[in-house]
Amino acid sequence: MMDMPLVRTSREEVEVYRFGPIVSVLIPIIALVIQAFVPLKFRSFSIFNLPLLVTIFFAVARRSQVAGMLTGAFIGLGQDALTHQALGLCGIAQTVVGYGASSLGVKIDVENPGTRLLVTSGFYLVHQAVYFLVARNILGVTLEWMWARTLLAALLNGLVAIVLFAVLDRFKRGT
Amino acid sequence: MESFFSRYRNASILVLLLFAQVLGLAVQVKRGTESGGTRLIRFWVVNAITPFEKALVNTSQGVGDVWRNYFYLRGVRRENRDLKEQVERLRIEQVRLSEDAAQARRLQALLGFKEQFVSQTVAAQVIGTSGSDRSHVVYIDKGVSDGIKPDMAVITPDGIVGKVLQVYHNYSQVLLISDPSSGVGAILVSSRLQGILQGTAAGEVMLRYVMTDEKVAPGETVLTSGGDRIFPKGLPVGTVQQTNPGSDLFLNIRVKPAADLSRLEEVLVVTSIAETNPRNEASSAQPVRAADILAERLPGVPPKQPATGTAVVSGAAKPAAPSAANPGNSAPAGTANDLPSARSGVAAAAVATTKTATKPAASTMPGVAGTATTGAATKPAVIKPAVSQPSASGDTAKPKPIGSAVQPAKPDAKPSQPPPGEDVSR
Repeated sequence: MMDMPLVRTSREEVEVYRFGPIVSVLIPIIALVIQAFVPLKFRSFSIFNLPLLVTIFFAVARRSQVAGMLTGAFIGLGQDALTHQALGLCGIAQTVVGYGASSLGVKIDVENPGTRLLVTSGFYLVHQAVYFLVARNILGVTLEWMWARTLLAALLNGLVAIVLFAVLDRFKRGT
Repeated sequence: MESFFSRYRNASILVLLLFAQVLGLAVQVKRGTESGGTRLIRFWVVNAITPFEKALVNTSQGVGDVWRNYFYLRGVRRENRDLKEQVERLRIEQVRLSEDAAQARRLQALLGFKEQFVSQTVAAQVIGTSGSDRSHVVYIDKGVSDGIKPDMAVITPDGIVGKVLQVYHNYSQVLLISDPSSGVGAILVSSRLQGILQGTAAGEVMLRYVMTDEKVAPGETVLTSGGDRIFPKGLPVGTVQQTNPGSDLFLNIRVKPAADLSRLEEVLVVTSIAETNPRNEASSAQPVRAADILAERLPGVPPKQPATGTAVVSGAAKPAAPSAANPGNSAPAGTANDLPSARSGVAAAAVATTKTATKPAASTMPGVAGTATTGAATKPAVIKPAVSQPSASGDTAKPKPIGSAVQPAKPDAKPSQPPPGEDVSR
């Protein structure tokens, strides 16, 4: 009993949440709007990735890999559409993140802030790594991997996720 | 097979989704330009997001205006006094600068340079960004319905901002000069070195392709060179911030943009760039003699047919075709020929010019003599075929408004009138 990790729960104990259709559509749009609007006033805000955090939140809460993948793909393509780059860069990265987050959500309890910080920071790094690989190897874009900046961004996104997930928890509906 | 998919259903869907997106990326890379499908996705997303952004911008601007205009009026009197003093200073400076500008125009006219200037702009509000630090683009609230087209220059009064990349009905996407995929032709003011301005992934602006053996000092001003055919020449770009020798043969010159790209609110989209020959402006600014005006209005003497083999180019009986290179100067070619009294010296001037035109005529301006960059190079005076080459400076020394002779006539037309202001003494 002592050898078992504290966060590990049995499959039956993990609760699956649902969201209303309006919430499912509006929250990603609001995340995209904030992500696109706030850097106008505060340029450094672009270090955050609210759409990615929303993807992780939905994937973990729904605990469905298909739903997580589709959510990630749609939100990622939405992010791509606002840039001038090829469509699919963020789409691919967030599809992977959605799959991974929902798979992880089935196995561990992601309700406490500490776990959320670690999970979000980890998936931020995964997102950046996939984006970097796809951009370099498929599109041939010259990108520079900046460890310090990426780790700092991962940590900051993890901290924001604690607050954001607490707000978004109010929209959860248990099954 | 069925059991395989049912067993690995989620993984299969993941692979399918990734494959579809990779395929989409490959198609976009292959085509180079956007296909209809991707354009549609962008259209949907932009039209879903930008109305919210526009509402947010308008709301924040309205609240800010109310606060600044009705509540926060501290220091307004002092600011008003300072602004008045600044206006006085600027007036004095304007007088000096207008003299410099007039001199520059005269010199440009003498050298036959064409000058570009921004003739029409559309003011636009910046309403959003891409939200990504890897894509330096902003959205403005003007689109096709306002006459915006791709590749139009976007500027502020401080300096250039970027160019229009994609245009929607009411919105446009602007690629900032700080984006790595951006490129602007630029020139250093004092050293006249030219390079290409490019962004970096970190959002910095660098001037590329300046050789390492050149001296570039921090603080030097950078202007647009006009070589990209998007930005008119001479717009402020920024100042040199730092210079380092690069790994290759070129310097790494970091430029601080003149426009604050991180705090853009209103911008101007250059919808029209006019290109004029300053000679027209310079010459039209000169006083016209009353005799010339009267002579133009009075019926003229019917033109005399020129005797064949003579060097006198007075046979412009029918008006020469308006020149494409000099559309502003649309006086009929035969005008000068209709002025027996006022232009009596012109024919003689033509004779003198054509006779001596086998070698470039001396210019009245030192340093301009014999140069091939005079107006004659682009607008050769049409003279008798026996003449081997036109005067290089004949039509630039004294620009006159009715310069029909500098217009290239129709190929089959008779030789047109030489410059009316030609110096007879030559």
